[in-house]
Order: sequence, then C-alpha cells, then structure tokens
Amino acid sequence: MYLIVVGGGKVGYYLTKTLVHEGYEVLLIEKSTRKCDIYTERFGAVVMNGDGAEASTLAAAGAARADVVIAVTGDDEDNLVICQMAKHRFHVARTIARVNNPKNEELFRRLGIDVTVNPTNVILSLIEQQIPDRHFVHLLALKHAELEVVEVSVDNDSPVRGRTLEDIRMPPETSMIAVIRGSEVIVPTGQTTIEAGDEVIAITRAQSELALRQLLIR
Amino acid sequence: MNVVIVGCGRVGARVATILDQGGHRVSIVDTDSSAFRRLPQDFGGNAVIGIGIDEDVLKSAGIEDADAFFSVTNGDNTNIMAAQLAQKVFEVKHVCARIYDPVREETYRRMGIVTVCPTTTIASLMLSTLTDS
Repeated sequence: MYLIVVGGGKVGYYLTKTLVHEGYEVLLIEKSTRKCDIYTERFGAVVMNGDGAEASTLAAAGAARADVVIAVTGDDEDNLVICQMAKHRFHVARTIARVNNPKNEELFRRLGIDVTVNPTNVILSLIEQQIPDRHFVHLLALKHAELEVVEVSVDNDSPVRGRTLEDIRMPPETSMIAVIRGSEVIVPTGQTTIEAGDEVIAITRAQSELALRQLLIR
Repeated sequence: MNVVIVGCGRVGARVATILDQGGHRVSIVDTDSSAFRRLPQDFGGNAVIGIGIDEDVLKSAGIEDADAFFSVTNGDNTNIMAAQLAQKVFEVKHVCARIYDPVREETYRRMGIVTVCPTTTIASLMLSTLTDS
C-alpha cells in the first residue's frame, strides 16, 4: 500500500512518522525546503519538496500508483484542491482531508472527498463526553445522511418533563430511540412519560439539532 | 443583477466598479480592509471583511440572492473552493473563478466550473503582439 501525505506541519509529521514505523510505503510532500531537509534527516528519503496542489508535484510523487492521498495542511482550501487533483487527474481511489472549519466537512463530502477528519469536532466531542453536566452530547455523526445521534439530559426545568411522547411535537426528522432512567433502558412508545433525570437518546438531522435542543432543554 | 465578488485586488475592484456603475448590486469580500481602498470614492456597493471560503461570510455578502459570483483572490485554491461553494451550496447561476495554474484551470473547467486562466491568456496575447508587428 502506497500513501502520499501532503503537508508537513505537526499532523503531517507525526502521521508520516507513525506510518513509516508501521511499515507502509509513505511519501510526505512539504512546501518548505527547510522542513524537508530536517525531515529527510530524520525519516530518510520519504520526503519530497513541492506544492501538493500542483499536478507536476503529484506526478513526480507517483500519485498515479498511490492508494491513498492524505491532505493535512492547515488550510482547508489547499486540502480540498489537493484531494480533488489527486482524484480527478490521478484517479487515486481514496482521498482523506483534514478539515479545520467544522462547517466544511459536509461540503468536502459533497465535493467527492472520501474521508474528512476534523480535529475541532473530535476535541469538542471528547470534551462533551468528559464534562458531566453538559446537557446535550453528540454521540455519533452518521456520515452520509447528515444524521446524528445525541444524548440529552432532562432536568426539572425541561419543557418536556412529565409529558408523554405522543404529546411532544418533535422537530422534523427527529426521533427518540431510547430513554435511560437510572440503570433501566426504555425503548419509548407514545405512552412513555419523560421524567426529570432521564437521559434521552435521539437521532436527528443536523438542521433539526437546535430545535431539539430548545425542545428538551429550558 | 446581484453580484458577489471575492478578492478586492486590481481585478476584483475593477469588476466591482464596472458592475456598480452599470447599476448592479455588488458585494465585494476581502480579508484585508485596506484592499477596499482600490474601490472608487463613489462606490455604491457593499464591502465585507472576511474569508471568501466561509459560508457565513458569503451569506453576509448576500450570496443567497446572488445571480453571479466571481472569485479573484491571489490564491488559486481559495478561488476554486469559493467557486465550488457558490455553485454547489448556494446554487448561484453564474460562477467564475480565476485560476493561475493552467493544469488546475483545465481540471476544474472539465469539472464544470467557468474559469479564466490569466497565465495562458496573457501568454497568448503577448505572443500575438509578435505576429501583429
């Protein structure tokens, strides 16, 4: 398996280091000659100087036989173009882009990038899961349909406390899939009543997230 | 016609000025507020400070009601991404991007984006002066 990593910042550096260590055939493309010299000294001949968005650089790197191109520069526009050039000119089967602005994840997927990695969202979801009194936690983002699974804590002030599900008007394309009450997991029906202290697990479309938040949390 | 332009360099400012004088509603976006000095005193359009590849910035420039979009920053990749945002997300009817790199220009033209490549255009204009004289 041949992987091309574009962008020799901290992410690119440690990624290349790990991949080389795991025995993959890797090439790191980096714009700065100074960084290239340092990395070549550390990794050997797996570093190439150039602009990964330029077709001539990708051609010299052997992109045509690459299985994966991973763009991890600090600029979203560069990562997008690197992956699109790899795909459209060199027919690379899988492209992976780092996305710095969380809003660009959806756009990148629509524009044909196979996998997007967004450090901001990764850190945010870790924080949400670690800080206990957050009322609204993202558990899972389902890639293709813009769907997400969220966990919401219902407290005494919640507008839905004491109401049955059939009595609650859910936002569009949203449904409750489970209610966790103490150690009990309830698969809810229309007659299930929401109580204070419940943890509600719901599946929702990203556009309805705000409405769901306002519905369940005061 | 409502027009959004990203990049207030010489080209962006000139396109904005001409369209503004022609009675169109123009919004021009640049990261650097000093770039707007290139616009004439009587410019009647809207100048927005921000990154042209940020959906929120484009929305505040009125892209949702735009009929035409031009991306003319000095970065090819920024122009390419902004143009794809305008075309795919905001469904602007006319979208055009400046791309200096001829290979990138050809690639995105084939992908359905209207492009202008100053490198090939100016090179052929320069060469044509040879045969003219």
